[in-house]
Amino acid sequence: MSATSIPDPAAPLRREWRRFTPAQRLSRWLVWLVVVAALAWAVRSIDIIPEFLADAPEQMADLLVRMWPPDLAHYYPAVHAALIETLHIATLGTILAFALAVPVALLAARNVCPLRPLNVLAQFILVASRSVNSLVWALIFVAIFGPGAAAGTFAIAFRSVGFVGKLLSEALEETAPGPAEALRAAGAPWGAVMLKGFWPQVQPAFWGVALFRWDINVRESAVLGLVGAGGIGVVLDDAINYFQWDRVATVLLAILAVVVVAEVVVTRIRARLI
Amino acid sequence: MSAAAQRGLEIRGLVKEYQPGKPVLRGLDLDVAAEGITAVIGPSGTGKSTLIRCINRLVEPTAGEIRLHGQALTGLRGRALRLARRRIGMVFQEYNLVERLSVMENVLCGRLGYTPLWRAWLRRYPPADIERAFDLLDAVGLSEHAPRRADALSGGQRQRVGIARALMQGPDLLLADEPTSSLDPKTAVEVLELLVRLTGAARVPVILNIHNVELARRFAQRIIGMAGGVIVFDGPPEALEPGHLRLIYGGEDWL
Amino acid sequence: MSGAAAAARQAFAPNWGARLGLLALAVYAVFAATQLDLNWARLAAGFGEGGRFLARMFPPNFTRWELLLEGMLESLQIAALASALGILISLPLGLMAARNLSPWFIAVPTRAFIALCRSLHYVIVAILFVKALGFGALAGVAALTIASMGFIAKLFAEAIEEISMKPVEAVRAAGAPGASVLLYAVLPQVASRFVGFCLYQLDSNLRNSTLVGIVGAGGIGGTLFAAFKRFDYDFVCAILLTIIALIFLAEVVSGRVRAALR
Repeated sequence: MSATSIPDPAAPLRREWRRFTPAQRLSRWLVWLVVVAALAWAVRSIDIIPEFLADAPEQMADLLVRMWPPDLAHYYPAVHAALIETLHIATLGTILAFALAVPVALLAARNVCPLRPLNVLAQFILVASRSVNSLVWALIFVAIFGPGAAAGTFAIAFRSVGFVGKLLSEALEETAPGPAEALRAAGAPWGAVMLKGFWPQVQPAFWGVALFRWDINVRESAVLGLVGAGGIGVVLDDAINYFQWDRVATVLLAILAVVVVAEVVVTRIRARLI
Repeated sequence: MSAAAQRGLEIRGLVKEYQPGKPVLRGLDLDVAAEGITAVIGPSGTGKSTLIRCINRLVEPTAGEIRLHGQALTGLRGRALRLARRRIGMVFQEYNLVERLSVMENVLCGRLGYTPLWRAWLRRYPPADIERAFDLLDAVGLSEHAPRRADALSGGQRQRVGIARALMQGPDLLLADEPTSSLDPKTAVEVLELLVRLTGAARVPVILNIHNVELARRFAQRIIGMAGGVIVFDGPPEALEPGHLRLIYGGEDWL
Repeated sequence: MSGAAAAARQAFAPNWGARLGLLALAVYAVFAATQLDLNWARLAAGFGEGGRFLARMFPPNFTRWELLLEGMLESLQIAALASALGILISLPLGLMAARNLSPWFIAVPTRAFIALCRSLHYVIVAILFVKALGFGALAGVAALTIASMGFIAKLFAEAIEEISMKPVEAVRAAGAPGASVLLYAVLPQVASRFVGFCLYQLDSNLRNSTLVGIVGAGGIGGTLFAAFKRFDYDFVCAILLTIIALIFLAEVVSGRVRAALR
């Protein structure tokens, strides 16, 4: 800009081009300002001890070295049993979640349940279930049932109700009204309308949601043991507390393997169902 | 001969095989003068597009040599290739605009080879570039559309932006790959007229791939007929006779 | 599905496969329940306990609001930093993992790395970082950064793979350097989706940052865990209500921003 010290006779004729209008530019600057300010505030006031930060790469490397090689002798029987328990928690929790979620979903779907207050109540239940994390549900159920797999199963179930119920009620609301209307016109009782009018239409969504949620629950149930709610997390927690790093590595590998297998199984089954 | 080779494009023994043993171009020789429109006609799949893309190396030639104003284009890499490419403008069949950017930004894309990254990022182009972009948009009749997004334009308008972008490079050679195939006949003629007028004014030679023989006759000073990956006709439009067309496209029922 | 052929003759072909499947599921449920030591006596005891638990939760106790606020602010900071770091690292990772712009010998290992980041639950990652880096927010930031990388780098890569290559070709043909090609031909095609992913990730980091404290990685989760251990259930209730309110607020705000961007 400073190079054009000599007055340019064509300057007034020269056309300006800017990518954004002044208002757009201002709002973009404001957004960036807010982002940078938030990050600066976070960095300045967060409790990070500089020595820890400087030390971090070395410590991580040290941890990995201690983990390697994983001691697979630990796998049987303790880790194996815990892994099976985790799978039971995930599966039973999913089944329980569906048992709880189906009635709530029916209440939440406006084309199934015509009463507005019940719709709202059901929606509230679903939102409440989703906004509490499974680990927090696990803490609550450990307080109720005491430590163990029962708490884990209920935590998984209560956490999944919101997710499953929301997707099911959406699937119900998307159904074509024709079949149900025809059945009602023929004088079919409520149960028959549900079974023959709605069920065939939501069936694919139902199994899809079931598989999807089971996959998520397998991952989630692996950590519940950290708060005492059963499964492989308990073994992991013990191994970490006793600094048995080769055992920790075995547990992590087992979790990884199960998560990957679950994902593959779900993808396979879904490909066959759809 | 050597004087002609100094200016313009020189192609020797160009071979391109997408699959080994199945050449699309089989040893092509071609000289293009430093001015005028050269139309390349031929059936689909005969390698017209491949020929053009070998010149600016969007497609890597298998063998042969290509020189522009005496500089070998084949074998260039990295920065040298970029510097060579920015001297070669290209107009595409489907315009290839960045749809979510404004018309002005699309035209300025032609300057990216000359513009440092930070300037490009902040859209701080030198005033001379902006001025030139507006001039080109005036020339293609779209300056009032400068701030609009490219996907808001019609096909003909998009191709005009494509032409402006190619000329924005200040090219020594312009490659046009079926620039009118996606346009209706009237718009096609208008776009070609514009292309011919602007490249004539800027004295930029054009290699024009085109399906439509009539349009080729009307706008080109020289016609190259390709068939089976080799040149089977090379001459002025007046010399192009039904016999040549039969040789290029095969059969005769369609004539 | 073998019943389909029979259905042509019989009005109602009994679907034995489905019935057997349901039966098997029921049998499994009973079996798994016994394996996990779930029985009526335990459930009944649990329900009684649950009633007492709920009674102790109400009314929620906000008298220690300073502790609560401190924990929530730390969670917010963890979420902000982890999102920023995760997004920053994910930009190049996503590009490297996109098979249309990266050669396979870069894309394949990057994809494997991203999948690894995603496969371990963030709480497990948080424990490992707590052991390696010590208690505190640093471990939380590190764990959630890893989790963010796993999710958004994958989404970035998928978005980049879906772009049209035509503008890329045109800008390359104009002799633009690689970075300019990214800025002009790739970024405009993916920018709005990227912003959506980033908001989504910020949202989920906020949820997760309230949790990593349970394993000692900073934020409100530590306060929550401590309150549980001390049976301060009215304080637990206050913390839970605050977390739910924050998550709800974040969801509303990010929903608004996403709607405004469209």
